[in-house]
Amino acid sequence: MVIRQIAELLSAKVLCGEDKLDGVVNSACGCDMMSDVLAFVKDQAVLITGLCNPQVVRTAIMMDMRCIVFVRGKMPPADVLDLAEESGIVVLATNERMYVACGKLYQSGLHGGEVV
Amino acid sequence: MGNCVNFHFDIDGDNFTSAGEASVRIKKSLREMGFTPDVIRRVSVAMYEGEINMVIHANGGTADVNVYVDKIEIILADNGPGISNIELAMQEGYSTAPDNIRSLGFGAGMGLPNMKNYTDDMKIESEVGKGTTVFMTVNV
Ligand SMILES: Nc1ncnc2c1ncn2[C@@H]1O[C@H](COP(=O)(O)OP(=O)(O)OP(=O)(O)O)[C@@H](O)[C@H]1O
Ligand SMILES: [Mg+2]
Repeated sequence: MVIRQIAELLSAKVLCGEDKLDGVVNSACGCDMMSDVLAFVKDQAVLITGLCNPQVVRTAIMMDMRCIVFVRGKMPPADVLDLAEESGIVVLATNERMYVACGKLYQSGLHGGEVV
Repeated sequence: MGNCVNFHFDIDGDNFTSAGEASVRIKKSLREMGFTPDVIRRVSVAMYEGEINMVIHANGGTADVNVYVDKIEIILADNGPGISNIELAMQEGYSTAPDNIRSLGFGAGMGLPNMKNYTDDMKIESEVGKGTTVFMTVNV
């Protein structure tokens, strides 16, 4: 799935990484526990989360993820966005709740991929 | 053993916001040095988990990374409360993290087991009331 399509499916605002929306991603992970992301993610490139702190971005960096989707209308503070921008990670924000956001993406073909 | 590049970081224990900065820097440096994505992922995730542990459990400490051609060593040292039962702490799901840490996305009790999984060798030295040092090695 192209990242731009994720933004469209979730009516999401693009908060940074506008120039990387044509990137292709193959699987995603929905999680509020960064501990679990660090333990179980393999090559999921998209992180869908309701948590909004710099550790979300650092966790995504560690796992080589390419796109973060903040759900439930969460707006990350400027330092969080700066960190993502520096690291070349696309940040999207949607009003959808976690369950619905994941459901919509899954239904459109963005699946869970393998876990470690 | 002459070819070694050393990185040293002081990890601020009062600032959760900056926790993980050192690991992000190491990740970038290893990439510039041309290591494979697998090695970089293993070193940086193991160090990140350890760095977060020092901030949430031990009020900060120091991180040293020694990069050799055939291996990368990570040494994380703190003067925190120490770990009384290392075997228990190593178990998946064991955590003493308070609720406020959990609401930040950590405290699942996955860090130490994850550090062990991601590295080729891991050793913990800890004394209650004195502090903890974690030694990890990733073979290149
Ligand atoms: N540097 C440290 N100093 C003191 N205690 C520690 C240290 N590192 C880990 N511990 C203890 O070991 C426990 C297990 O650590 P581990 O990293 O596996 O889980 P966690 O940090 O609680 O949660 P998670 O890593 O999933 O966010 C901790 O809850 C804490 O009690
Ligand atoms: Mg931990």
